[in-house]
Order: sequence, then structure tokens, then C-alpha cells
Amino acid sequence: MRRVLIWAPLALFALVFALVAGGLIRPGDRTVHSAMVGKPLPALVLPALLPGKPGVSTAELKGKPRLLNVFASWCLPCIAEAPQLMKLKEAGVEIDGIAIRDTSEAVQAFLARNGDPYTRIGDDKVSRAQLALGSSGVPETFVINAEGRIAYQHIGDIREEHVAELLAQLEKAK
Amino acid sequence: MRGFRSHNRPPGLVPGSTGPRVVASRFLPFTLRRSGPRHKAGVTIVVGMTLALTASAFADSKLPPADLAHTQLADPTQETRAKALMDTLRCLVCQGQSIADSDADMAGDMRALVRQRIAAGESPGEVRKWLVQRYGDYVTYDPPLSWVTAPLWLAPLVLLGIGILIARRNFARRKP
Amino acid sequence: MIAEAGLAALWLAAAFALVQLMLAWGAARNGENPNVGMLMTALRRTALVQGLLALLSFALLIALFVRSDMSVVLVATNSHSLKPMIYKVAGAWGNHEGSMLLWVTVLAISGAGVAAFERRLASATLAATLGAQAAIGLGFYAFLAFASNPFVRLNPAAPDGQGLNPLLQDPGLAFHPPTLYLGYVGLSVAFSFAVGALVMRDVGPAFARAMRPWVLAAWIFLTVGITAGSYWAYYELGWGGWWFWDPVENASLMPWLAATALLHSVTVLATRDGLRAWTLMLALVAFAMSMIGTFLVRSGILVSVHAFAVDPTRGTFILALLGIYIGGALALFGARVGTVTQGSTFQLVSREGALVLNNLLLSVVLGVVFIGTLYPLAAQAAGVQLSIGAPFFNKALVPVALALVAATAAGPLLRWRRDNMNALAKRVLIPTAAAGLAFAILFALAGGAHFVPVLGIAFAVGLGVASVVPVVRRNLRRTPLYVWGMVIAHLGVAVSIAGMAADSAFKTERLAAIQVGQNVTVGPFRVTLAEVRPQIGPNWSALEARLQVRRGDGKMFELFPQQRFFSTPPTNTNEAAISTLLDGQLYTVLGQGDDQGRWQIRLWWKPFVTLIWLGGALIALGGLLALIGRVRRERRADAEAWA
Repeated sequence: MRRVLIWAPLALFALVFALVAGGLIRPGDRTVHSAMVGKPLPALVLPALLPGKPGVSTAELKGKPRLLNVFASWCLPCIAEAPQLMKLKEAGVEIDGIAIRDTSEAVQAFLARNGDPYTRIGDDKVSRAQLALGSSGVPETFVINAEGRIAYQHIGDIREEHVAELLAQLEKAK
Repeated sequence: MRGFRSHNRPPGLVPGSTGPRVVASRFLPFTLRRSGPRHKAGVTIVVGMTLALTASAFADSKLPPADLAHTQLADPTQETRAKALMDTLRCLVCQGQSIADSDADMAGDMRALVRQRIAAGESPGEVRKWLVQRYGDYVTYDPPLSWVTAPLWLAPLVLLGIGILIARRNFARRKP
Repeated sequence: MIAEAGLAALWLAAAFALVQLMLAWGAARNGENPNVGMLMTALRRTALVQGLLALLSFALLIALFVRSDMSVVLVATNSHSLKPMIYKVAGAWGNHEGSMLLWVTVLAISGAGVAAFERRLASATLAATLGAQAAIGLGFYAFLAFASNPFVRLNPAAPDGQGLNPLLQDPGLAFHPPTLYLGYVGLSVAFSFAVGALVMRDVGPAFARAMRPWVLAAWIFLTVGITAGSYWAYYELGWGGWWFWDPVENASLMPWLAATALLHSVTVLATRDGLRAWTLMLALVAFAMSMIGTFLVRSGILVSVHAFAVDPTRGTFILALLGIYIGGALALFGARVGTVTQGSTFQLVSREGALVLNNLLLSVVLGVVFIGTLYPLAAQAAGVQLSIGAPFFNKALVPVALALVAATAAGPLLRWRRDNMNALAKRVLIPTAAAGLAFAILFALAGGAHFVPVLGIAFAVGLGVASVVPVVRRNLRRTPLYVWGMVIAHLGVAVSIAGMAADSAFKTERLAAIQVGQNVTVGPFRVTLAEVRPQIGPNWSALEARLQVRRGDGKMFELFPQQRFFSTPPTNTNEAAISTLLDGQLYTVLGQGDDQGRWQIRLWWKPFVTLIWLGGALIALGGLLALIGRVRRERRADAEAWA
């Protein structure tokens, strides 16, 4: 018994060392992922932000796979991903947007400058929809399947290399 | 207006960890926006001693905070409950703060959500559960009791037990 | 030139550390050799020179900052020519490389101190101790020289610096790191003494008496550092919190817990020759916690507002050092402690028994804090993201803390070796009655909503009364200084806990958005916003609110909370305006304005919150008195022995 007690501290230290070394070698993923992936879209009704573009009502978001893009005009990486979104739209993907903490004028200017891939744009002035989706920042893109479930979450701006993955996810979501 | 604590950049002893350029406006930039647009890594980590000022990847959301972000509920009991809950919910865009201690916009929106739901009659447990359904256990500072956290919650008792076992050896075996 | 000289001094210090290690090896192995006297003299002098060289290196770094020498990378990234002088100096340690240099400087100076002042320990054991200290130094000198050189040049020199983080431009925070480092790294002496004693199989009262002043000194600095850090966070961060269970804060608390246990354990070893294995283990654990803390803060594996940004290769280097030093020391412990005889035994109900209980409970707290801090990392390895904060720590630690308070109250009232419960019961009657009375009164006032804090205050009252019992009815002038130290330190614990409980139970918060001319009530105060105007400082501009505060019918006083905007680097900070009164603090913060002319005002009335830090100061004062008392006693004993 005494031997166990005497060597226990060293054994414990070895355990801690291994844990910590693991943390160094493979740093954990610090991004906060949504826990809603795989679950149905929460019921949301967001008013229209722009004249002529309908707001987002999640009841309508079913029937075919689509993308739900959380963005803002004040978000710089959103500018970077705009070309990719346009490409996806040209490939026939339906993209709906939720503008976080944004104003009509700013979004209009943003779309005029960067292109408008959105079928609908919802107004989320106090991040309520963002919180309901489990999104923790902008930009993020959700793949919604035909039944209205969240199939996949892409965190951060969409780059060229991500387009293929998104298209594949949309295929799977049929 | 806690510039640093509420944002992604470690305010500690990091040299040259400059914030984004302050956006000038009539009312002056009260918060350094870091809670919105995403960097590649989600959390900005300044590696090594960078001389270059990190280019501003953020700009301000010019909208004011949500109504209930900085206003207390009229009913003091509800407000106490809401405040106690806010102290135990994690700000998702900060470096380890509760939403009660953060100036980030998103933290303010979360506070508004908490207050609104408590005012509507939900219990703190229900609000916490709603958020955990969205963000996982990461969002609560009160780890749930589960197989993963069992060792954590049992630790005090186990340590006490081991300690008593060790301490027993110090005492005289028989009465002198 | 200065930078090169600084680097040269650093390398020289490392060389002397190597020589010190070799001399120590020689002196320890040849303890019986009559020539060992010369080796010991050489060893002591080498340690002294090493300390001085490290100090020189650090002084030269400070000189670079004072001169705002922008041709050095560290100065260019952490300073600015317009900075007030005090912050230029503080900038030297307000970054990773500079603070590591401070770390090794304190390590070397502590070793020099042991070499200079330790006279009574057996030569061979002292040699082993100095050798251990040198061995630790070598690893960290290597880290500095190869992975964290503070003296790297910038070519071409920058026109001016990037400035020091405005949060650090505060007198309190300027001195917080040096105080903490003196504490953390001062514990290295205890570690080295323990290693030396294990190597030479010389564990006894002499070893404990040699180690005790160093443990006390390091512990005092840690207490001051943690207390000051907590108060700084409280007034600087703008939300009225004073402890966040942040991993870096925990990293400073863990060595303190171990050092507190060690402090008590070493006295038992010194006076009763008991608790040998505990004392050795605690001495190793205390500095191990310091090193682990240093690692955690700089490795980036835990998310914290305080963390340095350091790249993973540096983290790996420190981790390797940790493995060698802590692993080596624990292996040595395993191998040798069996041959260290048991020492005297004692009854369960005795002062030794209470001290064992104290060790046990402090170790449990240490273990819980350690596990709670690292658990998210472990969970991550299992694929789960967890956050562990105040809810867990409070639930897990409050019961243990209350038990600890009870043990602290009863301990000094117990006799050494053997005592009995009846006698103890008689002695604790008055403190228990005081606690019960306090509980009854507060419970009646505050009701069931604040049961745990009220219980905490009651326990604190009991402890407060119990801690002065040893000096009641005693000739005060003839009471040894170290007894006063114990009394005041324990009283400080009671005061601090009372403050924590009072703040948790009785604080009131008011958030309001008001226009100039309107007022808000918080607690017994009516606060009116008189105006909001701009202000200018040396390197900042600010918006300042003028708040007029009135308590009941009392005189009106004014408070001026600010929002400050700095340009290099561009950031803003909150300067809370705090009014400290006899029965608490009124804490005011200015928030954002909106386009309707309303300003956010955040107000807190915190009754008795200052007791928290007052208690901390008392604890440190008690430690200081105990240190002076012990040192004087040893000196007198020496004088008599040589008379």
C-alpha cells in the first residue's frame, strides 16, 4: 500500500503530462459548432429587410435542399465569400440570407457592391435567429435538406475549396 | 465598456496585440468589435511577436445593443434569477467570460434573450437547456452531470477519501 | 551595446549555473573529505555570482526600456516613447520574454540568497540543494537563450514602439507580475531543499528550519500578488467581479494552496520532527504547480483572457522542462522516501492532527482546482467541449472551505502531541457561540435566500474569535512574534471570507440608461448624472461622467467614471469610479450613449466588499510577522550557541 502511495504522484504526473502534451500536439478546435446540425430548423419568422425581397420564414424552407447564409454588411469575410455564393447560385442552389444586426441601406449597398445571391433576406436585429440556429458569428452557412432539417454547418467564409464540399452536402441532402 | 475582456483578443500581456482599427463615428467607438465576423480560427490567436498590426478584419455593427441587454427587468426576483443565470452562461465570442461580464454585442443579445425568457415565465433551467440545445455544453459554466463529467463531480469526494487514507498513517497506532 | 551586454550576462549566468552544478556534485559526493570546505566556499560564491549576473541581465533589459531603444524587438513591440516612465519600466516584464527573464533572475537570486544566508544545514545537503537550484536554472536559461531571447535586435530600428497594452498601464498591474514571480519562483528554493534532502537522505528538523523562512517569504509575496491581482481585476474590468476561476488565476492559486499547506507542515517537521513525507511532497508540489502554471499561461492550450500568446514550440520546450524536473523529482521521491524514517507520531486530537487535517483539506482544494482547470482539456480529448466555471468550483469547494475554516479555528487551540476533545470543546465554546449568534442575527435579517453566505459569515466570525484566543489573557509583550503572526494571519482569513460572503449575498446592482439630469437609486444611494464631458490624458482621451451621489440626507459627493480611448495600440478601457466607505463600496461605470442622449450607467452597492482584500493584506502581514519572528529567533539561538 505504501508503495502505491509513494509512486502515485509520479503516475498522476505522467497522466497529466500526456494529457497536456496531447493538447499541445493536437490543439483543440476552438470554434463553437452548432448543436442543431441534424435537427429540424427552428421555427423562425424574420421580417423582410429590403423592399422587394421577402423575409425568411423557416416553414417555407423545405422541398429541396438549400443554403441558409448568416451574414452582415459589416462583416469583411462576407465580402470575401460573395463570389463563391454567386457561383453557387449560378449552379442552381437556392440561397437564403439572414442579416445580423444590420440596416436596410447598408445591406443594399453591400449587395450592390458584391452581388446578390439571395432569394430571401431575413432581418435579425438582435441576433435572435442566430442564437436559435446555434450560430456564433458571421459568416456561417447551413445546408438545409428537403425536409427542413439542418444537414451541415460551414463556419467561416466560403472559399473556393469549400464549394465542392457544399455541393456534395446539398446532393446528400436531397 | 470593457474593450478587451469581451473580445477575442487576449488582453493579457500580449505585446502588440492591437485591436482592429477603431471605427470613428460621432459617438466614438465604444466597443472594439470582435464578436462578429469570423477569422479562420474563430478565435484570434496572435502567434509569436507580430510586428505587423493585425489588419482590421472587423468593423462595427452600428446597431445599438438589444433593449434588455443593459436594462434590468422590472420584477426584482426575476432580475435576480436572470442575473444569476447570466453569470453562468459563457460568452461565445470571448476568451473565457460569462455573458454578464462582457461587452460583446452577442453577449448583449444573449442577455436580452435570457431576460426576455425569464420575464415570460420560463425557469432559468429551461433557458439554459434551450441554449445548450443550440451550442452544446460549452455554453454553460455549470457542467451537467453525465458520464463524461462524472469524474469531475466525484473528484472532491474521491480526493477526500484518498486524503483520509493517507492521513491515517500519520497517527499513532495504539494509545500511548 | 546594452542589449548585447544583457545577452552576454545571461549566457555568463548560465555558465556559472553549470559550474555551480558541477561544484555541488563534487561537494555533495565528498561530504567527508576535508577539502570539501574549499568546494563549499567556491560553490557559495558561484551561486552569488550567478545571481548577480542574472540580475545584471534583467537590469540591462530595463535600461533598454527606459531608454526606449527601438532597435530591440521587445522594446519596439511593447513600449512607446510617450509612455510614462513607470510603464516603460513595467513594459520590461509585461511580455513573455521579459517575464521569463524575470523568472530566471528570481531563481538565480533565490539560490544566491540560500548560498549567502544558510549556515546551519549540513554542507553536503546544502551542496545538493544548490545543485538542484542550478539544475533548474540551466533548463530555463536554455529556454531563454534558444527560444525566448529578450535581446533580439530589430534592423532597421522602428521609428517608435507599438505601445504597451493600456490595461497594463496601471500602477497596480505594473507591480503585480514581479510580486507573483517572487512568490512562484521563490518556491523553487523549497523544491531544491526537498530534492537536496532526498538526495542526501537528510530529512529532519534542520532541513525544515532551513526551508521555513524561504517558504514564508515566497508565500507572503504570493499572497500579496494574488490579493493585488484580484483587486486590480475588480476595479479595472468594470463589472465588479473579483475572481473568475480563469485558468491563469487558478494557476496562481494552486501554488499558493500548496505553499500554505507546506508552511504549516514545515513547522510540524521543524518542531516535532513529524510529517516528513508530507513536507517533502508539498515542497515538490508547490514549485511543480508554479512551473505548471508558467506552462499553462504560455502554451495556449487553455483559453484565458490572461494568456500570453506564445507559439506551440515554446510551449513544447517548457513542457519538456516540466517533464524533466517534476518527473525527475517525483521519481526521486518514490525512490528515496522509503528510506526516510517516519518521524514521531501523535494522537488524532492534537495540534499535529489539526495540521494534518489542514494539509488534507488544502490538498483537496488544490486537487479540485487542478482537475477543474484541466478537465476541459481532457474532455476535448474525448471529443466533448465543456466549460467549467464558478458553479462547479463553488459547489465543490464551499463545503471543503467551511471545514477548513473550522479546522483553522480549532487548530491553534489544540495542544501539541496529545489533547482531548473535552478540553478542546471548552476552548472553542466562545467562538462557537459567537458564530451561532452571528448566524442567528444574519439569518433573521437576510432570510433563507442567502443561506450559504450567511453560514460563511458565521463561520468567519467563529474563526475570527478563535484566532485571537491564543493571545487573550497572555502577556502581550512576551508573546513571540510568530504567535502574533499566526493570530493575524488567521484573523485575515476570517475577514476575507466574511467579505466574500457579504459581497455574494448583499450586493445590489442597477443598470440604467439615463439622460443628463436624471437620477437612479442603488441601495441607499441616489445617483444623478450631472454631465458627460471629454477629458484628455497623457496618452489617452476619454468621456467622463460627473455623478452626484447622495446617501439619505448625507452630504453630496461626486464620482467620475470614464471611458478611455488609447491610440497606441487603439483600444478603449473602462475606468470605474469607486467610492470606498466604511461599510462598503459604491462602484460606478459609464457605458455607451445612444442617439437619444441617454447614457448607460452601471452601479453597484457592495457592502463590506473591501474586507476581501483587507483580509488578504492581513494574511500577508501575519506571514511577515511570523517570518521576522522566526528569523530573529534563529539568530538569537545562533548567538547563544556560539556564545
